[in-house]
Amino acid sequence: MIIFDKVSYSYPDGTEVLREMSFHVEKGSSVGLIGANGAGKSTIIKAALGLIAAKGSITVAGLGMTKANLPAIRKAVGCVLQDSDDQMFMPTVLDDMIFGPMNYGASRKEAEEDADAVLKELGIEELKNRYNHKISGGEKRMAAIATILAMKPEAMLLDEPSSSLDPYNRRRLIGILNSLDVTKVIASHDLDLVLDTCDKVILVNDGRVVAEGDADIILRDRELLEKNRLELPFRLQ
Amino acid sequence: MTKAEKARNEIGAVERLAAGDSPLHRISPLAGLFLTVLFIAVTVSFHKYNITSLIVMVIVPVLGYFISGIPVSTCFIKLRIVMPLVCALGLINPFLDKNIIMRVGSVGISGGVISMITLMLKGIFCLMMSFLYIATNPIDEICAGLRKIHFPKVLTALFLLTYRYISVLLGEVAVMTEAYQLRSPGQRGIKKAAWGSFLGQLLLRSMDRAQNLYDSMNLRGFSGEFYTVSRKKYSSWSWPAVILTGAFIIAVRVFNVAGLIGSVFVR
Repeated sequence: MIIFDKVSYSYPDGTEVLREMSFHVEKGSSVGLIGANGAGKSTIIKAALGLIAAKGSITVAGLGMTKANLPAIRKAVGCVLQDSDDQMFMPTVLDDMIFGPMNYGASRKEAEEDADAVLKELGIEELKNRYNHKISGGEKRMAAIATILAMKPEAMLLDEPSSSLDPYNRRRLIGILNSLDVTKVIASHDLDLVLDTCDKVILVNDGRVVAEGDADIILRDRELLEKNRLELPFRLQ
Repeated sequence: MTKAEKARNEIGAVERLAAGDSPLHRISPLAGLFLTVLFIAVTVSFHKYNITSLIVMVIVPVLGYFISGIPVSTCFIKLRIVMPLVCALGLINPFLDKNIIMRVGSVGISGGVISMITLMLKGIFCLMMSFLYIATNPIDEICAGLRKIHFPKVLTALFLLTYRYISVLLGEVAVMTEAYQLRSPGQRGIKKAAWGSFLGQLLLRSMDRAQNLYDSMNLRGFSGEFYTVSRKKYSSWSWPAVILTGAFIIAVRVFNVAGLIGSVFVR
């Protein structure tokens, strides 16, 4: 679904963020992209969506990363941003949910029907006509996920999905993520969340892939995690 | 709550007014825009001493507020900062034009006073009408209306994004002001010495936020068009109602409607 082959990226000041990074995410899998702050997780997500011009080869949903392919890539792969306020820019939750589908050609009726179905699936129907600036952080996170699901993506990239969530909403998010039948890439340093939701893990540090494999094995490797400025998930300590 | 947060809430309050439902809300944004522009153009065209005819013009916005169910006081509350500025425009006139042009009893009223009142009324009426339009039409529907008359896509997108950017900017101002106040107890406002770095940081932060928002829009297929508008069906009465009102506005300008109304009561 997502293939990175020797992908590099540097900031304009020359700081290298991604260094010849290679990995692939299989269709239908749920992959945790883990690493400490500044490891390059968010940059990987931006590169996978064509938001930054990285060197190397990136293939998403069978399409090479070219300008012409960007609309198709972005339709196939939805992204839940780290800050939900950046994602919810329309007045109401419903307006935000139909924004993407209608841009991709759905009629208003179709888009609203799909939005209703997603809201029901996530159990947040009450948010439908609420104003974005009047809902709580947890509700906004759920609504942000709903805006992406309404686009019926083949894959979802989630950047720190559990940040700023209270325990209840975090548990609810885990339940929702596990119920989604799409390819998922979850960039997070919340290793408990990754343990609960991912079957595979890619560990990055300093712009490189340090380890790649079963979540159950990598997340139990205390030495490997500590060497890369991470700790065992609380549940395994 | 900081001033910026209050301002942001006020924008939200106007958006909620615009999302309401009334016969006026159901008038097409284009028809409403046409009427608003006509009203403003006619209002400002009245002669500086023609106060009697000008006063009749207030019927249009007042009737509009009545039909839309929005209290007229809302307009004065929301525009409380702009209104005094508009009223201040003509304050100098009484000093420039001292010719007595009418008398009330034994008191002579100069042309300057009349023209000052006329100018104030013109400003107030125009603001009342503009606010009525904004309070009955969501901003994205106004842009969609403009697109229908082939207004350039770039300009409508710019208009809409600028409007959204104001909220982003106010949000950043609120966060930064709060952070500043928490570390400067007992101090009112922001010290002059800190204004430079405060504004610089504000610009950088709001640019970052705006970029993130734009990225988020692009990720959901944004191409400059806003397809999510026109949820409600516009009344088929839109244009006939606007043409009738427009005819009334022009009649007030061309004929002495105030005199006609007055002659009904005074012989």
